[in-house]
Amino acid sequence: MQSISRRDFGRLALATAVAGAGASAGVFPALAQVANPIRIGMSMSLSGGLAGNGRAALAAQQIWAADVNAKGGLLGRPVQLVFYDDQTNGGQVPGIYTKLLDVDKVDLVTSPYATAMIAPAMPVVMQHQMCFVTILGAGVNTTFKYDRHFNMNVVGDNMKDTFAKGFLDIADTLATKPRSIAILAVDNDFAQRAAESARFLARQRNIRVVYDRSYPPSTVDFTPTMRAVQAARPDLIYIASYPPDSNGILRAASELRISAQMFGGGMVGPQLAAFQAQLGPILNNLVNWDIFSIEPTMNYPGVAEFLTKYREVAAREQTDVLGNYIPPYAYAQMQVVEQSVARVGRIDQAALAADMHRSEFNTIVGPVKFAESGEWAQDRNLYCQFQGITDGNLERYKAPGAKVILYPPSLKSGTLRTPYGTPA
Amino acid sequence: MDPDLVLLLNGIVSGLLLGGLYAAAASGLAVAFGMLDIVNIAHPALMVTGAFTVVALGTWLGLDPLLVAVLQAPLYYLLGVGIYSAYHHFFEKRGEEALQGLAFFFGVMFIIEVGLVMVFGPEQRFLDPSYAYTTWRLGEIDLPLRMLVPGLFAMGCIGLLFLYLHRSFTGLAIAAVAQDAEALRLMAVNPVKIKRLAFGISIALASMAGGALVVVQPVEPSSGQVFIGRVFAICIMGGMASLPGCIMAALLFGVVENVTATFFGPSWSPAVAFGWLLLVLAFRPQGLFGKAA
Amino acid sequence: MNTHLRFWLGAAALGLLLVAALRLLGNDYAYFAGYFVLQYVVLASAWNILGGYAGYVNFGAAGFMAAGAYSAIVLRQALGLDLIPGIIFAALVAGLLGLGTGYLTLRLKGVYFSIATLCLSVVLQTLVVNWDYVGGSRGAYIIRPREIAPFVSYGEYLFIVMLVLAIGAAGIGRTVEMSRLGRGLQAIRDNERAAEAVGVPTLRLKLIATTLCGALMGVAGAPLPYYSGYLNPEAAFSLAYAVNAIAMPLIGGAGTWAGPVIGAVLLASLQQAATVTISSALNLWIVGWMLVIFVALFPKGILGWFRRKA
Repeated sequence: MQSISRRDFGRLALATAVAGAGASAGVFPALAQVANPIRIGMSMSLSGGLAGNGRAALAAQQIWAADVNAKGGLLGRPVQLVFYDDQTNGGQVPGIYTKLLDVDKVDLVTSPYATAMIAPAMPVVMQHQMCFVTILGAGVNTTFKYDRHFNMNVVGDNMKDTFAKGFLDIADTLATKPRSIAILAVDNDFAQRAAESARFLARQRNIRVVYDRSYPPSTVDFTPTMRAVQAARPDLIYIASYPPDSNGILRAASELRISAQMFGGGMVGPQLAAFQAQLGPILNNLVNWDIFSIEPTMNYPGVAEFLTKYREVAAREQTDVLGNYIPPYAYAQMQVVEQSVARVGRIDQAALAADMHRSEFNTIVGPVKFAESGEWAQDRNLYCQFQGITDGNLERYKAPGAKVILYPPSLKSGTLRTPYGTPA
Repeated sequence: MDPDLVLLLNGIVSGLLLGGLYAAAASGLAVAFGMLDIVNIAHPALMVTGAFTVVALGTWLGLDPLLVAVLQAPLYYLLGVGIYSAYHHFFEKRGEEALQGLAFFFGVMFIIEVGLVMVFGPEQRFLDPSYAYTTWRLGEIDLPLRMLVPGLFAMGCIGLLFLYLHRSFTGLAIAAVAQDAEALRLMAVNPVKIKRLAFGISIALASMAGGALVVVQPVEPSSGQVFIGRVFAICIMGGMASLPGCIMAALLFGVVENVTATFFGPSWSPAVAFGWLLLVLAFRPQGLFGKAA
Repeated sequence: MNTHLRFWLGAAALGLLLVAALRLLGNDYAYFAGYFVLQYVVLASAWNILGGYAGYVNFGAAGFMAAGAYSAIVLRQALGLDLIPGIIFAALVAGLLGLGTGYLTLRLKGVYFSIATLCLSVVLQTLVVNWDYVGGSRGAYIIRPREIAPFVSYGEYLFIVMLVLAIGAAGIGRTVEMSRLGRGLQAIRDNERAAEAVGVPTLRLKLIATTLCGALMGVAGAPLPYYSGYLNPEAAFSLAYAVNAIAMPLIGGAGTWAGPVIGAVLLASLQQAATVTISSALNLWIVGWMLVIFVALFPKGILGWFRRKA
């Protein structure tokens, strides 16, 4: 029956959206009046390149909506998500948000996943002066400077000074001080910012940058690139990559028996279940940027319950089966909206924005406070290390110990093991 | 050895291995596009479909991806026959294949890609054979089996196809259909039947290429897109209807890409590879390995 | 001359009517959806000049469109100039690019030309990704004003600009079709060698066509960064533009000026409608099936089907 329930998700999605669109168009006026829900609109990538994370985020947000409604709703009204698929095409996003705001007349808006989809929504959202809580953007507001924009991402508002700091701080604890670093980054916004930070901080600490290149997302074979990295003989290897490239990079590294005091950086991919299942022991000792790990130091109230609920629906909805990456943040993103609306007591965009600037939020990813820019007031880039991985069994990632936190010190749950790979 | 020489040698070898994968992806197209003049832009998408069914069947049966690719090839042959029949009925018979046929395959590509998302979801899928994590070493040259085995597998498939095309009567008829369909008719061979057969073979090759792809990397529904430009480029550089030319072009393409990546960084390798193709087209339109018309 | 005047007057009247109707509707979404559809009218009309009349299939529409979009960004970065100069500059740059492509590739026949345009798109994308001045792979932000003088919103302004461009593109297509240029291109499509033999200056006509085609595609792309406020290479070189630029004229009826207009309005509206109603992977699936079914059943496009009926 699994295949049928899988389709049910699609139908459910369809029904939600159609009901959303229908209500405003007056198809179901009776329904809309009786329930009078608080309607939260968003664009989300349900197909195309970002669909993996987009679907996972949506699944988490739907769990949030179900949780709120089970508790009797928000301000006594049920919440309803109105979402449209942007197909990972930024050109669709402005149209979707005008539809949400001018036709569906939703009460609140939240964002799709990541910078490339958030940025095209900004002009429309600003035009309507809506309060906008986004997820995993990076530096979107540095250009727009919109005072009602809030971003749920650990990177904070000064990526250059902070993003790679954890990696290099950990490197400082090595027995022999690292003298050289290799940097490889994919051609996209997030990875380039990550690489910029690594480059900047390494120079500051007199670590020589011996390899520094970008690669296009269409790269098929990473063997020559990784061999060039290897030939530069770096002590540290800092890679900022996206899936599926992260997979090709790690496998090429393993085939070439690349070894370094520390290997990792800002790779996106090793956080996801599919990678962990396939790569297994290749991940051992990788020191990588992260946003969440189920370690005792991050066991915030509610997160374990959420993950249990999420994992029940994940297989059915064909999203990441573990949900250790985006989903807790997508849930927390909605918690910010929820707590702010509850505190303000009405849907008033200006008052909501003022409250979000002022208050601290208790979410399943910990306490959150926003800075003037709308980014987190205090960055919380995690650097985690995979330890003791013997195979692709995913059960170990449901308990502490497989992905220990090395940075920041306040959340540290393990000690660094070196080197990555077997030295020649 | 001089470190730069080691880099160069390894760049060439890894390029040849990558070229093996490109050859697998391009060989089916060399039949469809080169010999039959069918611009099947959906070929890489069909290859990815092959890869997905390989993962599904291989996981279920516990078999090696390349073996599954061979086992499922007859099904893809039938799929190819079906697609060709539709294509022939709607376009070729009317003599409107050039433009309309192209749009048809564009549509097929869309349908396949989205269909894969709907059936399998957007997540990556993988099926690693046991040898995928082994690397052979010859002195300072590395030969990861992850790349070597699919490359050799592709060469084997193309070799068999080559023998078939040159030794069997139907094979010769396929080669002839590329040259002159009317002459075939005079020999009492139905060119449509021959083309249907050949297109079936082309899609069966897509299934084989799918198996090779699974060994090399995890697949997702949009994995085919990065191959579209490359496989057409390879067919053209190879001189269209020639399988040896296709292999040579694929290997050369891989080597150019990887040597560029080794010495000038990977950002420029697509521009170098495609810029080179542009020049080939501008100054030697019959392809690097094709004969002048 | 009379029919030309009638066309322009009719188109202008239709445009004014549309603007008035949307103002009465008073909904910003109509402007955004309208812009989405109209950009494809321009793109499809541009593709049709080379693809429909001369039979040269351009796979690189996304490349030309992105060239236009990035020209507008460059002009803004360098001189701080706004949308309208951006459009003119985009037409110049993309037109020159079209001319260059023509010189390099027009000796190629059929599908070789198509592949060459595809390569051009890849090469251009690599250049843009590595060009930090226009944001490189990080993308470029454009802060557009919230409002602009006589218009009710910036959305309306963008819509009207695109409407004017769309009418212009359709009109240019129509003029080409009725002029000696169009007849020459059609002769090339039917039999290039024969055309050459009877004295049609094929190379010159093709070069004019590639230039015009490139310039119009660039024009279609120039407002894109203003529309979305942010543009990265992936969005600018999106496969969707290349696919739609071919699919729309074919569905409407290639080789006639009205064909791409009909195809673009139909297919783009369907896509926009599907996006905001079905809202799952299903909507792209429907577009794929539409394309396949239309080209199979209506080989001369909708227009051709009606003409046969008549």
